[in-house]
Amino acid sequence: MAAEKSQTLFEKIWNRHVVVEEPDCPVALYIDLHLVHEVTSPQAFQGLRDQGLRLRQPSKTVATVDHSIPTTDRSLPIADPMAANQIRQLEVNCREFGIPLHGIDSPTQGIVHVIGPELGFTQPGMTIVCGDSHTATHGAFGALAFGIGTTEVQHVLAAQCLLQRKPRSFEVRIDGTLQPGVSAKDIILALIAQIGVGGGVGFVLEYTGSAIRALSMEARMTVCNMSIEAGAKAGMIAPDETTFHYLAGKPYVPQAAAWDDALKQWKQLPSDPGARFDRSVTMDASQLEPMITYGTNPGMGLPVTAPVPSPDSMPDTASQNAVRHALEYMALEPGKPLLGHPIEVVFIGSCTNSRISDLRAAAGILKGRKVSPKLRVLVVPGSQQVKRQAEQEGLPDIFRDAGCEWREPGCSMCIAMNGDELEPGQYSVSTSNRNFEGRQGKGGRTFLASPLTAAASALQGCVADVRTLL
Amino acid sequence: MEPITKITSRLVPLPNENVDTDIIVPARFLKVTDKAGMDQYLFRDWRFDEAGKPLPDFILNQPRAKGAQILLAGRNFGSGSSREHAPWALLAFGFRALLSTSFADIFQGNALKNGLLPVVIPPDVHADLFRQVEKNPNLEVTVELASQTVTLPDGKTVSFPIDNFSKQCLLAGVDQLGYLLKQESHIRAYEQSHPPRVQTTIGS
Repeated sequence: MAAEKSQTLFEKIWNRHVVVEEPDCPVALYIDLHLVHEVTSPQAFQGLRDQGLRLRQPSKTVATVDHSIPTTDRSLPIADPMAANQIRQLEVNCREFGIPLHGIDSPTQGIVHVIGPELGFTQPGMTIVCGDSHTATHGAFGALAFGIGTTEVQHVLAAQCLLQRKPRSFEVRIDGTLQPGVSAKDIILALIAQIGVGGGVGFVLEYTGSAIRALSMEARMTVCNMSIEAGAKAGMIAPDETTFHYLAGKPYVPQAAAWDDALKQWKQLPSDPGARFDRSVTMDASQLEPMITYGTNPGMGLPVTAPVPSPDSMPDTASQNAVRHALEYMALEPGKPLLGHPIEVVFIGSCTNSRISDLRAAAGILKGRKVSPKLRVLVVPGSQQVKRQAEQEGLPDIFRDAGCEWREPGCSMCIAMNGDELEPGQYSVSTSNRNFEGRQGKGGRTFLASPLTAAASALQGCVADVRTLL
Repeated sequence: MEPITKITSRLVPLPNENVDTDIIVPARFLKVTDKAGMDQYLFRDWRFDEAGKPLPDFILNQPRAKGAQILLAGRNFGSGSSREHAPWALLAFGFRALLSTSFADIFQGNALKNGLLPVVIPPDVHADLFRQVEKNPNLEVTVELASQTVTLPDGKTVSFPIDNFSKQCLLAGVDQLGYLLKQESHIRAYEQSHPPRVQTTIGS
């Protein structure tokens, strides 16, 4: 038998999921797992009803509420009638179509990209979709996971397939050892600053190299989560012992003999030696500093000690105008340092950084200290399970003693749909993924950073370098 | 979905690059459960002040935008979130085609599935159109899907790429789901030969 062509992780998963490929048509790609939430699904369910269609695979579909739910006391009614209606609508849709819902009162409720992995729905080799651009998070397990629109949500509900054109592959190789105070969030912010918010368009990223291998699963999820912020279709990391150790014993992973079978298959997934990528970049993790964004897209990032760039230093007119517009919105002056810039709010949470290791990192900085007076600091765990774990470890007391709010799980101030929002003109240091205009509330101004940087900034009441506190 | 054949229209220029879907439809308007009234949310925070009064400087509030069907957008238009509310709102306002040098992936897919045509044009043509439209707000172009061409004000044409499948769906005004559902026998065969990876319904 002739030797098979060397394949990348992405190609192996893609090829295995091609249901049909006709000339002049996109591939029908099979979807192993469909995650559903309240915001991008109602019109898709209505589409099924309007066309008299059934849900093809309830047992490959799972739902939760995360975007529009309050992070305050859950025993109280939801104050916003539109949010309440949207959440109720998801409950109705799940009941009608037979979808398991990890709903508002469930002990497994949480941000969709937090509960998928922690319950073991997310597994290596799968195709995973969700009507949410941060679905790339699940790529940390060696799955092909990407965000889709509402029409595609309906396609998956009805056919368990999507029509797709094959993206190209892009290796992001990161070697070296991270310095103290530098974490996964800084890796991904540095990458996006390097390749730009359009740098990944049309590509699936595969993160490789010793720095990636050294990351925990939660840190890998942080990296993959923000692949979309470089415009990429997806971001992936080949599964290894770290992956298998994380998954072992999770409620929805294969059990007993089926686990052994699954392991055998998962070990075949990593890219073959000599597999070719269409594009590649390298980064040296040991050279990275804590990163922060200054502008209004995640590519406008810099080391926390660097000055705000001048629009004139940008390579072309369009990016000069973009930076000028961003600095105007952010009310920042070129050439001045961000370090020491006053802030009003710190948000620790989101599908990027709300897992237990993120909370531990922040608590490690905040323990026995007080956040700056007048500062509002929200700590929002990613799921009920993360919340319970944090409670067992005594983290809420550390946060409360420091002067932070400890809240119920959800997307919260990352997307500001649920009442957790910045006031116009306020600055935040946020562990979330987007610093777009108005993202955290109309007129709000966001500095994206790691949980360590967010905690340090909370203590100092301004943009801070966590390395001075280590 | 309304078919797309030929669109002749004034251009509405919006040169900002990387316009994200949070700008196109801010997240606070995503609590809807249908597609009604989306036009009022389009570019909400660039278009209206705190009191909901139109900001006269914003291009969509100028007379030239009235009835226009083609947006001339900066590169990487539609970046960020997967919200399909973005193309819904652009369509509800009256746009049928978008001209740029590049579009974000998810946005482009969403647009194509809703009868909104993303047209990728070469950077020099793109830059030239911005220059011309600044001088002449009534500048018109014609986008013709069948021939995959944009006819520029000087009569010259440039061609644009689109995959044939999306093109046929747009010309006929049909949703792509119909094609997928016709693959039933293939999907069933796939499912029979590939045991499920996960059973989400266990214990529920």
